[in-house]
Amino acid sequence: MVTPHVHVPVGAHYGWRDWLVQRITAIIMALYTGLLFVVALWNGGFDYATWKTIFASNAFRIATFLFMASLLWHAWVGVRNILMDYVKPAGVRLTLQCIVIGVLVGYLGWTIAILWGGA
Amino acid sequence: MPNFPASVEMPAVERPVAKTKRPVYLNLLAIRQPLPAIVSFLHRVSGTLLFLVGIPLVLCGVQASLVSAESYAAWKSALATPWAKLVLLALAWSYAHHLLAGIRHLVLDAHIGLDLPVARQSSAVVLVVAVLVTAAVAFKLW
Repeated sequence: MVTPHVHVPVGAHYGWRDWLVQRITAIIMALYTGLLFVVALWNGGFDYATWKTIFASNAFRIATFLFMASLLWHAWVGVRNILMDYVKPAGVRLTLQCIVIGVLVGYLGWTIAILWGGA
Repeated sequence: MPNFPASVEMPAVERPVAKTKRPVYLNLLAIRQPLPAIVSFLHRVSGTLLFLVGIPLVLCGVQASLVSAESYAAWKSALATPWAKLVLLALAWSYAHHLLAGIRHLVLDAHIGLDLPVARQSSAVVLVVAVLVTAAVAFKLW
């Protein structure tokens, strides 16, 4: 008997894409982690002045933005996997997924405000 | 009508269907998980910690540290309290374990180290190195 395809509205619709996204974002974050280490070693640690100078560089801001965007997308895939494993009622799962999306998008806005908001 | 000779019998097919109700043994305290399973479980735990605590804390910290020299110093001294250090240590372990287990995952994706003895060894390496990194961070914090 052929197993019928069951459509789950709150499932992962694009498993292959998410698999790839999880890996690409992971590599970007690993590279940024290495970059941060090199910058820290180069400056012999951080104080306020060097910290401020580093974040004044547009290249570093863009790298940081890329890291945060990767982190938030990576977090979405991971948290959604956890919700799919442990939260079975569709309504509760959908609610939690919406909250997580809202929080993550909010974090992205916060990141932009920090990087380019003149904070 | 086909007429089969009575001596020919259809072979009995072994079906992998449990006919009897087998006991389910799920005492989590008594189950000894294999090393790769422990690494996998901790990958999930560390990811959850990073999501719930790590991301908001880093955003708060980076924002406060860039506002002024005073807020930078205030944030720095806030992180120097014993409780904050414990949180930082937990996050350091989470980041190290998650990163190392992730790298192991990528290597496995490349079909390297799929044999069980090697997979066990790499799991042990991930566990140990993450703890060593955490110990180094602890040394730097205290």
